[in-house]
Amino acid sequence: MSATENKQKKTRYINPYLGGVLLGLVLIAANFTAGRGLGASGAAKSVIVAAVETTTPRHAENTHFYKEYSEGHPNGPMKSWLVFQMLGVIVGSFLSGAIFNRLKFKVEHSPKITSRRRIVFAVLGGILFGFGSQLGRGCTSGSALSGMAVLSLGGFISMAFIFGTAFALAYFFRKNWI
Amino acid sequence: MGPLISYNIISQNTNFLLAFLIGVGFGFVLESSGFSSSRKLAGVFYGYDTVVLKVFFTAAITAMLGLLFLSLFNWIDLDLVYINPTYLYSTIAGGIIMGAGFIMGGFCPGTSFCAASIGKIDALFFIGGLFIGILIFAEGYPLWEGFYKAKYLGIPTLSHALGLKDGVVVLGIIIVALGMFWVGEWAEKKFPREEY
Repeated sequence: MSATENKQKKTRYINPYLGGVLLGLVLIAANFTAGRGLGASGAAKSVIVAAVETTTPRHAENTHFYKEYSEGHPNGPMKSWLVFQMLGVIVGSFLSGAIFNRLKFKVEHSPKITSRRRIVFAVLGGILFGFGSQLGRGCTSGSALSGMAVLSLGGFISMAFIFGTAFALAYFFRKNWI
Repeated sequence: MGPLISYNIISQNTNFLLAFLIGVGFGFVLESSGFSSSRKLAGVFYGYDTVVLKVFFTAAITAMLGLLFLSLFNWIDLDLVYINPTYLYSTIAGGIIMGAGFIMGGFCPGTSFCAASIGKIDALFFIGGLFIGILIFAEGYPLWEGFYKAKYLGIPTLSHALGLKDGVVVLGIIIVALGMFWVGEWAEKKFPREEY
């Protein structure tokens, strides 16, 4: 037990400024090759649209959102740049976790709260983020970070409201984190 | 020359292969910087760990500056690069809802996939929530379609909105970012905590 704990403590992260420069270079590579930035929520939307089209095709044909989506995506929801990029994210994260010895099944939470509470809040947070990313046309990566890189006004607004709101609400959810 | 796909220098299939490789880089950097830990991510809102601030803004200014230089050298045509359109109301409301999701869930979509990849079960539940949220948006779309498409401002850039040159705006953002890094370093000393 103590041996694993010691090992755990030694698994350090890379310098955040170095991480930032590397992430910036990845973002430049995306813009240089594909003419677009990084993203995450768009790939989750592809999965949802594909799932609905497969399981309930008649519902998809008769529902405004899916009709509008397929008009904009004639090749189908899964043949999208973001889907391939997100598959890469899963592989890349796994590789980093393997190299730095962080692969482990666990529910990570503050010792002051139960796993159950952590999971309830994770689901609630996910629902809000899923809905908000659709309303806001992209999440922290797609709208805020990638938008800022190309100086998009919308990107700066997204960034300000995502981080600003989380800051403003931090006090009310402090028990979950500190 | 760039974007390569716009000038047909690479095929659509190559573009997808590159998307996968870019994703590998994206995921690797996120995980190795510590974005697979919700406790580390949430730290930025309490000051005990400001890795999000440092990585996010360093990445933003690196990419801004890089794209600006590539464009100066005529290696990339920024007019062909996708800039997200700005719909003022939905961008603000979406940002507020996402911010609430961030402080409650401890992840954003990208970091939740990153964390789930190394075995974080709470991240898997967050992803489940993400799918539910997107499904709610899709199924209820007629209810908020009007709001979603209201106050369309086109695809303005910050420099355009401020009436300044791109380079001047980027310089300003770099100065602001350096100021925030200083605050971040100060906060980590003031609210020290073990690393998660």
